[in-house]
Amino acid sequence: MRVYLDFEKPIAELENSIRELERTAEGGNVNVADELTRLRAKAEAMIRTVYGKLEPWQKTQVARHQDRPHFEDYIGGLIEEFVALAGDRGFADDTAIVGGLGRLRGRSVMVIGHEKGRGTEGRIKHNFGMARPEGYRKAIRLMRMADRFRVPVVTFIDTPGAYPGVDAEARGQAEAIARAIDCCLDIKVPLVAAVVGEGGSGGAIAIGAADRVLMLEHAIYSVASPEACASILWHASDKAPDAAEALKVTAADLLRLGVIDEIVPEPLGGAHRAAEDTVRSVGDAVGRHLDQLAGQDPNALREQRRRKFLDMGRGI
Amino acid sequence: MNWLTNTVLPKIRALGAKKEVKDNLWTKCPACAQMVFQRDLDAAQRVCPHCGHHMRLGAKARLEMLFDDAQWTRVPVPDVPMDPLKFRDSKRYSDRMKEARARSESPDAMTVGLGRIGGHPAVVTVQDFAFMGGSMGLAVGEAFVTAALKAVSERCPLVVVTASGGARMQEGILSLMQMPRSTVAVQRLREAGLPYIVVLTDPTTGGVTASYAMLGDIHIAEPGALIGFAGPRVIEQTIRETLPQGFQRAEYLLEHGMLDMVVHRHRLKEALARLIGLLTVREQVQAVAEIDIPEAAPTAN
Ligand SMILES: [Zn+2]
Repeated sequence: MRVYLDFEKPIAELENSIRELERTAEGGNVNVADELTRLRAKAEAMIRTVYGKLEPWQKTQVARHQDRPHFEDYIGGLIEEFVALAGDRGFADDTAIVGGLGRLRGRSVMVIGHEKGRGTEGRIKHNFGMARPEGYRKAIRLMRMADRFRVPVVTFIDTPGAYPGVDAEARGQAEAIARAIDCCLDIKVPLVAAVVGEGGSGGAIAIGAADRVLMLEHAIYSVASPEACASILWHASDKAPDAAEALKVTAADLLRLGVIDEIVPEPLGGAHRAAEDTVRSVGDAVGRHLDQLAGQDPNALREQRRRKFLDMGRGI
Repeated sequence: MNWLTNTVLPKIRALGAKKEVKDNLWTKCPACAQMVFQRDLDAAQRVCPHCGHHMRLGAKARLEMLFDDAQWTRVPVPDVPMDPLKFRDSKRYSDRMKEARARSESPDAMTVGLGRIGGHPAVVTVQDFAFMGGSMGLAVGEAFVTAALKAVSERCPLVVVTASGGARMQEGILSLMQMPRSTVAVQRLREAGLPYIVVLTDPTTGGVTASYAMLGDIHIAEPGALIGFAGPRVIEQTIRETLPQGFQRAEYLLEHGMLDMVVHRHRLKEALARLIGLLTVREQVQAVAEIDIPEAAPTAN
């Protein structure tokens, strides 16, 4: 069953008629081929129109779509010989951030990413992709290891944000995020980050201060969720669509602001309609950037990464 | 205790000289609700004489309090793009900025000063909560980077006094990018072998805590200061429980290993002077080592 978003209602109606017609065709000898072709073309045109001018708040919903490919799909589709590595060596294994070694297009890489989980049980297990300090500390451990063995790091960003809880605060949530950013900017191996869903604030930048930051076409990346921003600045959470607009959260905005380096196009109708194609496109882009970064002088590479962030926003 | 002679007395003199009007004002302590005479409160560096509550302190007063003889020079911070997102909520961000600037001595929420602490040259950069909640946008990031690079060029320590609700939402993602940006500045200090001391004051939360405020060589907090990543209200909404007593206060963070010490404002300058003194012996050690090496070589043969 396809899950439709509110703004996809006209698409849903059309596609339901198509499905009905397909069932009718299966049952009898009625020739509906012409009608089906016509309706399919109409649906495609409609999707193209709707997705061609998604508003920031609509993109926010697409970025959070339950069928959007997750970290585990990227691992499954892109990484061979994957070996998951667990634990921060201090307190726990936080599965809101998953990581491990594997091969991307033949190259040994350290892969780290947020996992939101699927289904009620999965979402609870992965805490909806909201990491506690141990998640960031695991990421630090894996990045340091990658650095030691000259293995490039690839991160997949998809989180509503760092977990706001008593336990997380007690164990130093802020310090863990700060150290993770510090680590991203300290390692001397290539670091490529892909914002594939929601780039939620500090929880995102913790594994996102990279040489190259790629972003899926309908992903969002923001200092605060539109809901949180609306409740702080508008004092009304129903102003989230306005906040999404004002915050400039879309890939096109961020490319223009110099915060990301490349937009990875999504299949027609969004990543959730064709997960495998999306995963492959992201893999192609990440692979291309890893190729470009390979063989660079480690010190020069790190200095370039630091300069990029030091200069960010100055030239707007 | 030379904070009295170095900081308080000059301040009282300064107050007596130009701001007679202010003497008639009273302030109500938010902690004990007692009324405090404005002049007494300023002389006590805005620490309540009745209950010891540390009230928020402006950037200028803070710099005067920390530098020897209240003497410091402002380090100019380069201009940054204004209102890069053309942000508007119920009000235009550019109008909010105009209002904030009209009420402030600084163009934004962070002021950088150069002076001496206990005789040692130091750069001190102070965040002012009164300026849009001390929020971190391009200007605060630029001020922090400027402060760190100034410390590097002067070969002296950097002290940051934080007070911030976090990122400045009106600058969107560019505010978030101040986290890695300020982190690079901290790395520059680290690689130059210079001490970086963080003084956390009430309140320090959000992206500021999750970047330069938690990357110090030494973390000092003022008593009772609220320090955390998520604000208490956000946490309460998430867990739907009342938060424990003293949660996210300086003393709680000390207990949880996030701070080196909690220091009363009246002893802060003294603590900084001592730490800077203890951490800046490197040049002496290097000088000694240079003399020792040629002498050691013949004995090794
Ligand atoms: Zn009081």
